[in-house]
Amino acid sequence: MLEIRNLHAEIEGKKILKGIDLTINAGEVHAIMGPNGTGKSTLAQVLVGREEYAITEGQILFQGKDLLELDPEERAREGVFLAFQYPVEIPGVNSTYFLKAALNEVRKHKGLTELDAMEFLILIKEKMKILELDESLLKRPVNEGFSGGEKKRNEIFQMAVLEPKLAILDETDSGLDIDALRIVASGVNKLKRPDNAQLLITHYQRLLNYIVPDFVHVLYNGRIIKSGDKSLALELEERGYDWLIEEQSALTR
Amino acid sequence: MIQTAPSSGRINTNLHLTAFDVFERSTAESSPHWLQAIRKAGISHFAELGFPTLKDEEWRYTNVAPIAKLPFRTRVEDRLSPDLIEAHGFGLDCYRLVFSNGSFLPALSNIALQGTETTQEGGIIGTLSAALSTAAKHNSPTNDAVFLLPALRKHLGRQARANENAFVALNTAFVYDAAVIVLPGQVKLTKPIHILHFTSSPKEPITTFPRTLIVAGPESEAKVIEHYVGFEAEEYFSSAVTEIDLEGGARIEHCKLQEESAAAFHIATIQAHQAARSHLLSHSISIGAKLARNNINGVLDGSGIECTLNGLYLAKGDQLVDHHTALEHAKPHCNSHEFYHGILNDRATGVFNGKIFVRPDAQKTDAKQTNRNLLLSDDATVNTKPQLEIFADDVRCTHGATVGQLEEEAIFYLRARGIGLDNARRMLVHAFAADIVNRITIDEVREKLDQQLFDLFEK
Ligand SMILES: Nc1ncnc2c1ncn2[C@@H]1O[C@H](COP(=O)(O)OP(=O)(O)O)[C@@H](O)[C@H]1O
Ligand SMILES: [Mg+2]
Repeated sequence: MLEIRNLHAEIEGKKILKGIDLTINAGEVHAIMGPNGTGKSTLAQVLVGREEYAITEGQILFQGKDLLELDPEERAREGVFLAFQYPVEIPGVNSTYFLKAALNEVRKHKGLTELDAMEFLILIKEKMKILELDESLLKRPVNEGFSGGEKKRNEIFQMAVLEPKLAILDETDSGLDIDALRIVASGVNKLKRPDNAQLLITHYQRLLNYIVPDFVHVLYNGRIIKSGDKSLALELEERGYDWLIEEQSALTR
Repeated sequence: MIQTAPSSGRINTNLHLTAFDVFERSTAESSPHWLQAIRKAGISHFAELGFPTLKDEEWRYTNVAPIAKLPFRTRVEDRLSPDLIEAHGFGLDCYRLVFSNGSFLPALSNIALQGTETTQEGGIIGTLSAALSTAAKHNSPTNDAVFLLPALRKHLGRQARANENAFVALNTAFVYDAAVIVLPGQVKLTKPIHILHFTSSPKEPITTFPRTLIVAGPESEAKVIEHYVGFEAEEYFSSAVTEIDLEGGARIEHCKLQEESAAAFHIATIQAHQAARSHLLSHSISIGAKLARNNINGVLDGSGIECTLNGLYLAKGDQLVDHHTALEHAKPHCNSHEFYHGILNDRATGVFNGKIFVRPDAQKTDAKQTNRNLLLSDDATVNTKPQLEIFADDVRCTHGATVGQLEEEAIFYLRARGIGLDNARRMLVHAFAADIVNRITIDEVREKLDQQLFDLFEK
């Protein structure tokens, strides 16, 4: 589904991603872990087309298409979704109106008919239950005045409505209390299907107790320095990142 | 005849002064002495003040010289049809006063045909001309007219400051007809009042002087829409004055909607006076006109007053839209809030100047002013300036002005959900405008305006 080859990215002349290789197939759940500031969010932003980052080398293929050729909205319509680490507040833009516009763009792209107001309402009522989201939130402007936890839950709610092929969750667990984390994780699990994939970005293993990944990758200093299965996450939880980083620098020395 | 020699730097006013002589003669018979006196005072203030120039601090960005050069003609020309009224009527169940080129049109209005009416709640709505003509029928003057005339005599020209503003002076000099609303104490109108001014000048530019007087007695309530509409690309000058007098505890919502023709000049002053515990909610929505200037002035003259001034201005092409607000906090424990949003495109110019005076007496004043501007083009400009003069120490006055583009973060968020760049921009611009329009509490007006904004930005 997704194939990242030797990806290099920089911002303001600062090299951040220094050769990422990553393949994700349909039906898989991948986790990317790593200390703060190592480039995890950068990778997520590059995947959804943030223009501030310059891609200096490498390639990204999504379902055989060159992702780097597509605008952010085209990527979204193709089925790439990012649950933002810091969702922005958009005063004056009603949540329901926004989400209906987004869904209809995706449907149009897929050659489906657009949903009318009634059909859309029925759909979101159903999806809201998955996230145990309060209906009143959808009457408010997008993210405006939402608590940190509500913002994160709203991201996953949007994911539930838009049904992307590849969902990237950037630190969705941070700022969530344990109950909210359970709800979000169970929502994400319910959205898992054989024909879609999930990429979880986190620097705690906590989330991975609830969403079990098939693969775990450690990102450090712009490179994936180790990949493994879920046991790697447990090992990181126990031993921290330092041993890996030392191992890595021993290798490159 | 009053004559002033056109000294250097001054704009010649002879045209207007001469026109006044003609006007004065032609209305002498039909006008009572008190009205003639008001007009005379108006013209002499005008003669003294002259037209403002760019050297005048209050008019630094707004050049009115082209207005002074227009041929001065006031004329009635009826091009209105019921359909046209309906198209601009919001589908609103209301009292409606329709004026065409400054003259009242009873047949197209929605009040008693004689032009004055007492509502079931006891409010009196009418016009200056109707009050004068029905009162003149000595044998059977109507109750409304008997009530309206003394109110007009007492209040017309009382708040507006003809001695300070040349356009207020000019309007006062040429006051011919006026919309008048008088609410005796406790009277709360359930239906809003829609004052609709059409100006049409298919051949040559004309000048009109719309005038509105609202006298709200103690604890009374009303919602008033003052609405200016022109015909596409016709050039004219509409010079309006509105006086609002709120007695103790009165509540007035005043919604001014300016949709003049794209070639029109529109200069308007709203002068409000508020007594204790009164609430004024003012909206100024400015969409039309080549040049639009709004002065919105309030005196908060009692304690426990709330005064909210909302504004939205949209300008494109070479439009200039200028708002000058001035609030005088004269007494303690009053709140004022100003929220103004501007959206400027192409080579348009926006001006916002917000004056707040806090008198030594006005302790515990809470005054908040916000002016935000969105520039949609590199050639659009905004001049925004707060002007605070505070003479009391225990007050809270805040002001903030921003001039900028749409937030990139918000645009990206929308795009990342599949919404195209253009639509994302439109959605955000609409939201910025809707933030002001949403404060209007007359549902039909708010919804119509929001639809208009939607058509403008999202279609
Ligand atoms: N917009 C930016 N401008 C400059 N530096 C940036 C920008 N975004 C990220 N960086 C830098 O790139 C590095 C990686 O950041 P990020 O991808 O957010 O890390 P992570 O998500 O792993 O914590 C950090 O050193 C960060 O300071
Ligand atoms: Mg991050």
